[in-house]
Amino acid sequence: MTPEELSELAVAERQRLDRLAHQINVCTATACHASGSEAIKTRLTAEVRERGISGQCLIRGVGCRGLCTNGPMVSVEPQGVLYQHVTADDAPALLDSLASEPVSHIQAPTDDPFYTRQHRIVLEHAGEIDPEQITEYIAVGGYQALAKALYEMSPADVVDELTTSGLRGRGGAGFPTGLKWRTVAKALSDRKFVICNGDEGDPGAFMDRSVLESDPHRVLEGMAIAAYAVGAHEGFLYVRAEYPLAIKRLTTAIRQARQRNLLGDAILGTPFTFHVEIRLGAGAFVCGEETALIASIEGERGSPRPRPPYPAEVGLWGRPTLINNVETLANIAPIIKNGGAWFAGIGTEKSKGTKVFALTGQVKNTGLIEVPMGISLREIVFDIGGGVPEGRSFKAVQTGGPSGGCIPDELLDSSVDYESLTRLGSIMGSGGMIVMDNTSSMVEVARYFMEFSMTESCGKCIPCRVGTAEMHGILTRFCEKRATERDLALLEQLCDLTRHASLCGLGQSAPNPILSTLRYFKQEYLAALESNQPEEVGAAAEEGRS
Amino acid sequence: MPSVGTKAGTNAIAAPTDDKRWRVVDATMRRHGYRPAALIEALHSVQESFGCLDEPGLQYVAASLGVPLSRVFGVATFYHYFSLKPQGDHTCVVCTGTACYIKESPALLRAIEAEFGIANGETTPDGSLSLLTARCLGTCGLAPAAVLDGDVAGRLQPAELLERLHQLVGAAKEVAAR
Amino acid sequence: MTVPPARIRTLTIDGKDVGAREDETILDVARENGIWIPTLCQMTGLSNIGACRLCLVEVAGSTKLQPACVTRVEEGMQVTAHSDRLAEYRKMIVELLFAEGNHICSVCVTNGHCDLQWLAQRLEIDHIRFPYLYGKRSVDASHERFVLDHNRCVLCTRCVRVCDEVEGAHTWDIMGRGTNARVITDLAQPWGESTSCTSCGKCVSVCPTGALFEQGKAVTEMVKHRELLPMLLTMRGRQR
Repeated sequence: MTPEELSELAVAERQRLDRLAHQINVCTATACHASGSEAIKTRLTAEVRERGISGQCLIRGVGCRGLCTNGPMVSVEPQGVLYQHVTADDAPALLDSLASEPVSHIQAPTDDPFYTRQHRIVLEHAGEIDPEQITEYIAVGGYQALAKALYEMSPADVVDELTTSGLRGRGGAGFPTGLKWRTVAKALSDRKFVICNGDEGDPGAFMDRSVLESDPHRVLEGMAIAAYAVGAHEGFLYVRAEYPLAIKRLTTAIRQARQRNLLGDAILGTPFTFHVEIRLGAGAFVCGEETALIASIEGERGSPRPRPPYPAEVGLWGRPTLINNVETLANIAPIIKNGGAWFAGIGTEKSKGTKVFALTGQVKNTGLIEVPMGISLREIVFDIGGGVPEGRSFKAVQTGGPSGGCIPDELLDSSVDYESLTRLGSIMGSGGMIVMDNTSSMVEVARYFMEFSMTESCGKCIPCRVGTAEMHGILTRFCEKRATERDLALLEQLCDLTRHASLCGLGQSAPNPILSTLRYFKQEYLAALESNQPEEVGAAAEEGRS
Repeated sequence: MPSVGTKAGTNAIAAPTDDKRWRVVDATMRRHGYRPAALIEALHSVQESFGCLDEPGLQYVAASLGVPLSRVFGVATFYHYFSLKPQGDHTCVVCTGTACYIKESPALLRAIEAEFGIANGETTPDGSLSLLTARCLGTCGLAPAAVLDGDVAGRLQPAELLERLHQLVGAAKEVAAR
Repeated sequence: MTVPPARIRTLTIDGKDVGAREDETILDVARENGIWIPTLCQMTGLSNIGACRLCLVEVAGSTKLQPACVTRVEEGMQVTAHSDRLAEYRKMIVELLFAEGNHICSVCVTNGHCDLQWLAQRLEIDHIRFPYLYGKRSVDASHERFVLDHNRCVLCTRCVRVCDEVEGAHTWDIMGRGTNARVITDLAQPWGESTSCTSCGKCVSVCPTGALFEQGKAVTEMVKHRELLPMLLTMRGRQR
C-alpha cells in the first residue's frame, strides 16, 4: 500500500458510510459487554435483516464511550442520538424510532457535563469506530500520521515534533517523551526495541484496557512512528493476560495492519521495517517498572534491577529500548498529524495535552473520561462525575493508586497537572481516580493500598520487602484500634526508609498513601490510638507490647 | 547456562504423555525458537491447555527450553496468573481493585467464605467451585464485580452473588446426576 | 589485541581525595582506600545486584541515594558514605532482617561467624524496634551433607548466584515474591532429591548466615570458607 492508496481507501470507506442512512453503534467494550451488549447487537442485526434495511442501516460493535455506569450504551449516527441502559428488548422500538423521535425512556442526554466538559484526543474514536475493522480506522484518518512521518519527515524531525509537543509519559512519572525518544535515537546499536507497556496493574484503573479495546490501531501506529524515530525494527506489546478482549482485538489489529502493509517489511512502500509481537503479562504490578517489564519479556521473574544503566541504553537483551505506555503512544499519531505546537496549546505550561482518567468509587458518573491538563479536581468530581451519591458527603479523591495519595475537599480546586499533584503528596499516576465519601476510613484505605504493595513487592530489596510488611502490620493495628504512639513513630520512620532506600519505584512510592493520609487526615490515626480507646481495651492490648 | 533451546537440536525431548494438548504447547515453544525467553509464553500455553501448571508440565517446558528447573518454578510462582493447583469445575474471581473495595467487595468474599467454606485461592472439597481474586478486572464502572466462569457480573450484592454461584454449581450437579 | 586504556577519575569519598579507573564502582574505590561501607548481598566474584541497600551512599547533586556496589565512579563526584541519615537507614535495614526472619544467635551454628550478626554489632544495633513477623519457616535437612534453614535466610541470593555463575548448575532460585519469597532447589523439592545439585558446597560457603550449613555442626561450629570463592576465581583465571 502506498500513501495514495491509503488516502483513496479512506475516501472510499467514508463514502460507503455516508451512503448509509443510519449507523447504530453498540458498545462492546468489557463493561458494556458484561451488561449484555452482545445480545443487543445480535438482536439489532437480526431485526435489521428481517426488516430488509441492511443496505441503509449498519449495526456495529464499537469501543468504550466512557459512561460505563449507564451501560450498555448505543448511539445512532449521524443523528447523534445516544441511548443508555439499553436491553435487547429495546431493539424493535429503537429501529422504529429511526424515522421519527428517539425512544425517550432510554435516551441519554448528550449535553450533560460528563460529555461537554471532556476533551477527547486519545479517545477521539472510542465508541465511534469498529475496533476490529482496520478500514474504519483508516476512514477516520488512521495511519496518515505514519505516512506523513515516513514520507515527509526524518527521524530527527519526528523527535523534534514530539519535543515541541511537550508530551510527558502517561504511565505515571511524567518523563518528557521527546527526551526519552532522543536518548534512544542517539544510542548506537545494531538492534533496538520499542515496547508498549500495557501492563496496567493499578487497582482501579482501566484506561489502557479501554484504549486497546476501542482503538487498537492508534497504539500500533504510535509504536510504528516511535520505531521509525528511534531506529528500531522490532516491537513488543506487553499486555495483561487478564485483558482477553484487548488481546483479541490487538491480535486482529496486528494481522490486519500486516495484510495492509502498515506493519512488517517495507511499510507503505518505504524501506522501513517494523515487526510487532504481543507478550502476555502474568499478573505482577511490579512489571509496570521498566526494568522488571524487560525481565518479564525475557522470560524471567519480574524483578527490577538498579538504574542506571537506563533501558534507553541497556534494555531488552542488552539493547537500547524505548518503553512507553499505551496512552503515551496513543497520543503520537495526532501530534504528528496536527503538529507539536497544536498539542502544546492544550493544557498547562508544564503539563501539555489531555489525560485519561478512570473515574470510579462513590461518584454518580463512573467511567472513563479525558480532560485537558489544568482542569480542577472539583470540576472532574462534581461537574463531570456528578458528585457523590445522595445522602453522602465528599471526603477525598485518590489519584495514582498504590503510588499516589488522597486529596481532601479543601484542596479540590487544585489543578490537575504533574507538578500540582506531586505537591499535594499524590501523583498523576496512570489515571486511576477514586472518589471516597464520608463512609470511607482513610486509615483503612491506607491499609488497603499497603496490602497491595506488600503482596506486589517482588521481594528483592529489603526496605520494600520487609518495610511494606511492617507498615501493613502497623496499619492493621490502627484499624483494630490497638496502635500506640510508638507505632505512629515507627510508621513514619518506615515510610522514610522505604521511600528513600528501596530499589525501584514500587517501594519508593509505596508509602505515599500513608504519607498523604497522615498529612490530611491525621486525626483519624490519632483517634485510632489505644490511649484514645476505653480503658479496658487499652489494658488488654498492653500485654502484647514488647 | 544454555543460551539456545535444545528441542530443535539432537536431544529432542518427548512430551510427558501422548495427550494431544502437548502439541499446542509444542507449537508455542517452536514459534519462539525454543529460546529460554519463551518461558512465560510456554507456561501460559500449558496453563491454558491443562488448567494449571503441574510438575510434568514444568519439567517438560524446562527441558524443552533448556531453562533450569528452579528458574521455571521461580517464574511460575512469581506471577499471580499462574496456578500450580488444578481449579474446580467452576470459578468465581472476585475483583479486589480499589473501586470494588470502596464498594464493599470484601463483603462478597466473606459471604462466599461463610456459604461455601472456601477462602481466596481455595476449592471446595468436592471440586465444584474455586474462589480467586483479581487485583483489578478493569470494570470499575460496574463495581463491585466478579467473573463467574468467564462472564463478568457487575454491581453485585452478596445475596445475589451467592444465588448465582448456587445456580452454577447446582446446574453442574444436576447434569452429573443424570 | 590491545586493551583500550581505562581513563582515571578523581573523586572524593567522605572528604578524602581518591583516584579510580572509570570502570570501578564507588564500593571498589572505597575498599581500596580503607573506607568501610556495609554490604550484605554483595560478594566479590559474583554479579552485583544492588538489592540489600546497605551500601547506599549520598552523591552531591543527586537527591537519590545510590548503591555503591553498582554505581560507577564519575569525575568530580563527591560521595558521602557515612552520615547520620545513612547510619540510621543501615540500622533499620538490618533490624528489618532480624524482624523478618527467626534469627536466634544463641542456638545458631554460625554464631560468631555470621555476616548478619557481625553487621548488627558493627552498626551498634542493641535492640529491634520493629515488631517481629514470626513467619512460619521450615528446615530442609534432606541433603546428605548440608542443611537449609529458612528461618535464617535473608534472601541475599548469594547461593543462587554462586550456583549459576560459578558452579554452573543453577540448582538454586527464588520462588514466590515479597515476604513469601524462599530459596528453592529445582522444583522446590527437598534438596536431597535435587537432580541438578552437584553437592559442591559453594552455596554453603558464600551464605552469610546459618541458613546453609554442613550437617552435624553444633552451635558456633559452622565456620564459612570465605576464601574459597576468591581462590577458585583466581585459579580459573590462570587456566584461561
